[in-house]
Amino acid sequence: MNSPNDIHPLTKKDFESDQDVRWCPGCGDYSVLAQVQKILPTLGIARENFAFISGIGCSSRFPYYMETYGMHSIHGRAPAIATGLKLSRPELSVWVVTGDGDALAIGGNHFIHAMRRNIGLKIILLNNRIYGLTKGQYSPTSEMGKRTKSTPMGSIDRPFSPVALALGAGATFVARSVDSDVKHVASMLERAAAHKGTAFVEILQNCVVFNDDAYGALSNKATRADAGVFLEHGKPLVFGKDRNKGIKLSGWSPELVTLGENAVSEADLVVHDEKAANGGLAFFLSQLENPQFPVPLGVFRDLEEPAYEELNKAMAEGARATKGPGDLGRLLNGGETWTIK
Amino acid sequence: MSTLQTTSCADQSAVMAKVRQVEELDNVVIRFVGDSGDGMQLTGNEFSKAVGEAGHDFSTHPDYPSEIRAPTGTLFGVSGYQIQYSSRPVFTSGDAPDVLVIMNPAALKTNLPDLKKGGIIIANTGAFSEGNLAKAEYKSNPLEDGSLAGYQLFKIDIAEFTANALNNSGLSKKDIARCKNYFALGVMLCLYSRPFDKEIEDIRKKFAKKPEFANANVTALTAGYAYAEATELFATTYQMRASAASPGKYRSITGNSAAALGFVAASELSGVPLFIGSYPITPATDILHDLSSLKNYNVTTYQAEDEIAGMCSTIGAAYGGSLGLTTTSGPGMALKTEALGLAVMLELPLVVVNVQRGGPSTGLPTKSEQSDLLQAVYGRNGECPVPVIASYSPSDCFDCAIEAFRIAVKYMTPVILLTDGGIGNAAEPWLIPDVASLPKIEVKFRTAAEGFQPYARDENLARAWVKPGTPGMEHRIGGLEKDFLTGNISHNPLNHQRMCDVRAAKVAGIAKDLPPTKVHGPESGDLLIIGWGSTYGSIFQAREKAAAAGKSVAQVHLRNINPLPADLGEILKRYKKVLVPELNLGQLSKLLRDQYLVPLVQLNKVQGKPFMVADIYDRILELC
Repeated sequence: MNSPNDIHPLTKKDFESDQDVRWCPGCGDYSVLAQVQKILPTLGIARENFAFISGIGCSSRFPYYMETYGMHSIHGRAPAIATGLKLSRPELSVWVVTGDGDALAIGGNHFIHAMRRNIGLKIILLNNRIYGLTKGQYSPTSEMGKRTKSTPMGSIDRPFSPVALALGAGATFVARSVDSDVKHVASMLERAAAHKGTAFVEILQNCVVFNDDAYGALSNKATRADAGVFLEHGKPLVFGKDRNKGIKLSGWSPELVTLGENAVSEADLVVHDEKAANGGLAFFLSQLENPQFPVPLGVFRDLEEPAYEELNKAMAEGARATKGPGDLGRLLNGGETWTIK
Repeated sequence: MSTLQTTSCADQSAVMAKVRQVEELDNVVIRFVGDSGDGMQLTGNEFSKAVGEAGHDFSTHPDYPSEIRAPTGTLFGVSGYQIQYSSRPVFTSGDAPDVLVIMNPAALKTNLPDLKKGGIIIANTGAFSEGNLAKAEYKSNPLEDGSLAGYQLFKIDIAEFTANALNNSGLSKKDIARCKNYFALGVMLCLYSRPFDKEIEDIRKKFAKKPEFANANVTALTAGYAYAEATELFATTYQMRASAASPGKYRSITGNSAAALGFVAASELSGVPLFIGSYPITPATDILHDLSSLKNYNVTTYQAEDEIAGMCSTIGAAYGGSLGLTTTSGPGMALKTEALGLAVMLELPLVVVNVQRGGPSTGLPTKSEQSDLLQAVYGRNGECPVPVIASYSPSDCFDCAIEAFRIAVKYMTPVILLTDGGIGNAAEPWLIPDVASLPKIEVKFRTAAEGFQPYARDENLARAWVKPGTPGMEHRIGGLEKDFLTGNISHNPLNHQRMCDVRAAKVAGIAKDLPPTKVHGPESGDLLIIGWGSTYGSIFQAREKAAAAGKSVAQVHLRNINPLPADLGEILKRYKKVLVPELNLGQLSKLLRDQYLVPLVQLNKVQGKPFMVADIYDRILELC
């Protein structure tokens, strides 16, 4: 067969489809697309074994630009479709690309249940905190008071955090990155690809047209070191341009501290543990937000648990082991029968 | 009790024959009714099996409330199971029961109006307490006040007899009370001259893990049988005349179970795995239950988080190369609508089963109706054609399940299979088909990358089914309108017209595969009755009766509703009048008028109950 793998090692180019990319110039989605196309050839998976499933929204155009199998489906339903695909074809590498409206508003139910089941999907949520394709209404992640076309007097909806939601739903892998930091995006995608079960990556993504600069502090070179904190397993939460700020636990609450002041040292800081079986630390981190605190970027949680498709396969194998393989004649003639002569 | 248990039935019959008259029957309709916790569904099921084993044809109608355990003794908590069995072919569960077996006053109150004049009432007197009489809104005890004088009333304290038979069983009072349905079954088996030894075997199997319950139920059953045999209450027992059923191996089957078997058969016949993604909903859930216990077959079952996810997971599985199946009922169908439109756009083969119930909204979850026909045919945004087929009986669900997937894979399209609560839960004897006689379903997955275009079509206008994982054929599909060949997004006006036209033509083209429409009765004449779905039996019997009375009446029963058979328009013209009975307010009528511009007479019923033969027969007499 003409698998590109047989002919030459896969490159980024092999994953670029012939379709023109139609996001707005300057859209953060471009960088994410480029990073996905860059890491896929490195995973050792044949190109034909990738499938990208999306719903509706700007981010959901993603599959058209990938030279893989793909489906641009309906609003919010990508995780449900991808679940059916993964269950029926566990050997495929199935990716879902979604947005804050698609995953968290209309598709919220499928999103949480994908997390809960730990099915082997890689879910990338491009969170721009706005509805783009319908031209600028507030989303479930828009901040309170946000003025949009549908909230001319400011939004009275309380936003939720995709990371907190995923953790609450029992996700075994949760990470966050920001579109402007392409290397970090790539590393989070690689971590997600390596995870067994549902891997959720929130990418803070800039919408130049309807919500420009939503993550300005995290993207601007001058401010980003103070606006974000990179999570590293086993390391204390240190951040800042001068690497002298940290997060300390004060009771159940976070406290911003400066190293060297008031006798605070690294030993006083929260130490990240992405493998903690208890979700408390990850949830604590998910509550840190600008401007009071730096936004955590990196892997919040990475647990090894059986994947849904593995359990499903084991169940079928168990049934075959105890009942024997299916036999249609025996099935139809099963139950209580009688014969008329 | 022990001597009774070991006495063979033949011996008992011989004794009985001396003292009792045995009346031969051609047909009887029996209804078992009690509280929803009284086990009447089980009693009815077991009785059905016993008559089936004797070679009699039967048809059943379980009728139960939507409450799982409604407060005991209440009028709304009554659960019933009706069976008609006969020495001749049976097509319905019968209009009016000849016999009512009633376990409490509420059951009597709600079912007496249906009983034939002079019919038999077997009443569990033990439940006619003051409290229960009050709950059933009786001012005096109908068993004692002479109000049942027009019926043959048999009063048996089933509760007391069961308790006496089991007082040494060691079971709690509550558990003993739960055995009284087997006492009632024993009475009925004796009264209708059926042996109990097979039933004892079945009880032992059913309660294999709880031998104390097995023993108790066997004791209750044989006590009931012995009581019926010994009592002077019954001057007559009944014996059905021998039936001339086709030879072969039979089993009792409900529509939902037959559908489940049919779907497994479709998978085996095509060599393609079956995937069912469903969300529990009455009265469709049994299909999911049945398939869930068949994981040793090539079957994956998935209980999704909601109806939409059920439909969407099915789309994902069909995309992956499985036979995608989702099962639901009306409200769930409404939720699946958007995704069904996507499946039409993607042109993937899958089947959606709607086991219809009373609507709109939550409606009558446990009652049967045919009011989702127009939803099936039209209920989507855009020009969105979906083939629709409908089963006409429980065992027909097996054939329709296979047929639905045959159409789905041949034409690369979602298919809707309509059944209803009546068919889904009703049981009838099923002549088990020989697997070798079932035609294979041909499925070809395209693997040739050369010249591949995702939306290029074959002679049936079907596009190729390509599994992800096939090298060199990576492509994208989606809900946006697509280019006629490449499947890439296209907003070209003429392309959209072309795609709408071709999707419509593809579904319309299925008509060429349909066999000539069967007409029961004269080829032309005064009246044609045209129906679909579960009304088959009532229409059939009404027509037979009218034909016997010299009326020129024919019947056509449609399995394929979209597209309709190509010869139907011509058939409609051969009759002076056309009658369309439906358990809705006239949905097939609308479709037929739209397609054929013929005047039609409607006969509509939406009472959560099937047509009685008399409903249709009376209308025939008014028309010709």
